[in-house]
Amino acid sequence: MSIVINQKKCVGCRKCMQVCPGTLIKANENGKAYIKYPKDCWGCVSCVKECQFDAIDFYLGADIGGMGSKMNVTSKGDMIYWNITKSCGEKQTIEIDRTKSNQY
Amino acid sequence: MKIQNKKIIHTDVLIIGGGTAGCYAALTIREQSNLSVVIAEKANIKRSGCLAAGVNAINAYIVKGRKPEDYVDYAKKDADDIVREDLLLTMSEGLNRVTAKLEQLGLVILKDENGEYVARGNRNIKINGENIKPILADAVKELEDVTVINHLNITDYIVKDNQILGAFGFSIEDGTAYEIRAKSVICATGGASGLYKPNNPGFSRHKMWYPPFNTGAGYAMGIRAGAEMTTFEMRFIALRCKDTIAPTGTIAQGVGAKQVNALGEVYENKYGLTTSQRVYGTVKENLEGRGPCYLRTEGITPKQDEELLKAYLNMAPSQTLKWIEAGKNPSQQNVEIEGTEPYVVGGHTASGYWVDTNRQSTIQGLYAAGDVAGGCPQKYVTGALVEGEIAAEAIVHSNNQLTKQYEEHKLTEQEEEQLLTEKVQEYDKILNEKQPMFTVEQLEEAMQKVMDTYAGGIGSHYQFNEKQLSLAEEKINQIEQLAEGLSAEDMHELMFVYELKERLTVCKVLIAHLRARKETRWHSFAENLDYPEKSDEWLKYVNSRMEDGKIQIIYRDLVERGEQYEHSH
Ligand SMILES: Cc1cc2nc3c(=O)[nH]c(=O)nc-3n(C[C@H](O)[C@H](O)[C@H](O)COP(=O)(O)OP(=O)(O)OC[C@H]3O[C@@H](n4cnc5c(N)ncnc54)[C@H](O)[C@@H]3O)c2cc1C
Ligand code: SF4
Ligand code: SF4
Repeated sequence: MSIVINQKKCVGCRKCMQVCPGTLIKANENGKAYIKYPKDCWGCVSCVKECQFDAIDFYLGADIGGMGSKMNVTSKGDMIYWNITKSCGEKQTIEIDRTKSNQY
Repeated sequence: MKIQNKKIIHTDVLIIGGGTAGCYAALTIREQSNLSVVIAEKANIKRSGCLAAGVNAINAYIVKGRKPEDYVDYAKKDADDIVREDLLLTMSEGLNRVTAKLEQLGLVILKDENGEYVARGNRNIKINGENIKPILADAVKELEDVTVINHLNITDYIVKDNQILGAFGFSIEDGTAYEIRAKSVICATGGASGLYKPNNPGFSRHKMWYPPFNTGAGYAMGIRAGAEMTTFEMRFIALRCKDTIAPTGTIAQGVGAKQVNALGEVYENKYGLTTSQRVYGTVKENLEGRGPCYLRTEGITPKQDEELLKAYLNMAPSQTLKWIEAGKNPSQQNVEIEGTEPYVVGGHTASGYWVDTNRQSTIQGLYAAGDVAGGCPQKYVTGALVEGEIAAEAIVHSNNQLTKQYEEHKLTEQEEEQLLTEKVQEYDKILNEKQPMFTVEQLEEAMQKVMDTYAGGIGSHYQFNEKQLSLAEEKINQIEQLAEGLSAEDMHELMFVYELKERLTVCKVLIAHLRARKETRWHSFAENLDYPEKSDEWLKYVNSRMEDGKIQIIYRDLVERGEQYEHSH
């Protein structure tokens, strides 16, 4: 279970480094974020939600059935958009309204 | 690398762990008093602990037409009587109060047309819990005279003559060593994961249910300081979605999916419906060749598919990704389930600190709340909040007494500095150690393998016998010796070293408890093959206390519902 950080998109704001419950993300020499302990990632996606620059993607490790799809999160007001890109390039977005409860 | 800086801080109340219970305790203290508070949190309270990804429902709530006593009855039955009814009742009485407060702070709760919460089953209500932790953290940030120190990993209590005086720790951010002096301390560090070989031992080893960063620090510190612990032998094993180890309640309760084996037979009725029986049934079906087991979701409606995908994004997004990646929704494919590795977690089972009705531990001035506190299973989010509240109120009400006790044992300034210097030497020794034989990772794997093989892990179908437990004990002791030679290159690695040592301490106590209860009361949770039957003789608590490095077992009589339990010091 882990994340990848796009070095081109990262602006080094450090928000992901602050929020990770395992403090697994650190700054490299250029001040940009990288995951120092990928095997220690819990997959909580806190960092993905925190990044305002769309720089962090979340994926499933191959050992738990991951096949190369990536997921990130964007938001606008109360709406959260979960964007999934499959390895074949197919995209899908699930919208969730923060002000609405789960039905289950 | 060396410790960069030293800081001594004084406060009225120190809260260790700014998670669910810890944040709520801070809110309560400031609402009811002017006491100063320091929260020491190893991560960042915005998303630390169990609530990081969000939660799916309020699992503990007294729904319309039910009473707190009903919740006590349920939890007692599920744990087959080994609970503290005084704790369960005081918790149950507060569940709806803290829920109202959460709603007031901004949590979205589903309501019907009459404005009543919509129940899910007999004890749950439906919410959007994705941002439950940021909501709590924001409320804490608004408080006056509450200092939150993020990225401060606490390693030890300061205790003199059984009186708490504060705690030590270090910042993984700037390398500062801290000595925090406090008149009372609330331990709210959560439970312990990572003791056993996990479901996914490779790259995704931390794709576990319980936070891999809750390493049992609170238990270990208490054990080393001589605090009494209870019921560690009631391990928690969760039934979870295979691979992602995501919770299953949403599927089971949300769309009413039954547990079925590979032949499509519903097997849950065969073994019973308590939490441990559901795990045991799944293990048995697999052992008898009828695995894998599933939650039967095939045939649910497209609308239900859509709602399930959304519900999981609010709590365990990996499961939604898994469905999408597989190109199959739950309606098209049953969800495979498996049991997790065993955890020690007092929010689900009854293991943890032995506390009085006010949640004070056997160390004066030290309180415990949430998953770290024992005797009170089925707490979940709301129960952890209530325990934070109870501990906070007890501190506010007995502040004069607590202050007096603290003053009696107070140290001089030189003594305080001397203690911190010694602690820094301990940290620096690990930071300076050169060319160690083993790494933390190697010893962690060794520990998990021992626990898996000899203390009833996944690999041994959660079963064990006395001979195996003796081997486990011997081997864990050896690993503990080896851990003395570990080294760390930086502050984060220093934290890894302490986390491993915490887990080893918890393992030792767990093994002692598993051996002490000579019966099998709960299948899978504590299945002793030398004593496969349950017996009324064991309607008592197995407690323990570390004395001179040795674990002493103490048996105690069950505490009844109406009782106010006090420690007899
Ligand atoms: C994945 C998951 C899903 C869940 N879903 C639900 C649900 O849907 N509904 C429900 O009611 N319940 C749910 N629960 C249960 C509930 O979330 C927990 O029982 C409850 O949050 C525990 O609260 P706590 O305060 O004891 O622990 P936590 O909230 O985990 O807090 C412990 C805190 O202590 C910190 N800490 C640990 N060690 C140290 C140290 N050495 N120094 C400093 N700080 C430290 C941690 O970083 C953390 O912030 C879920 C639990 C999990 C793990
Ligand atoms: S939050 Fe995004 S932009 Fe900021 S440091 Fe992290 S990856 Fe870079
Ligand atoms: S997914 Fe969670 S655990 Fe993993 S790096 Fe991001 S914040 Fe940390």
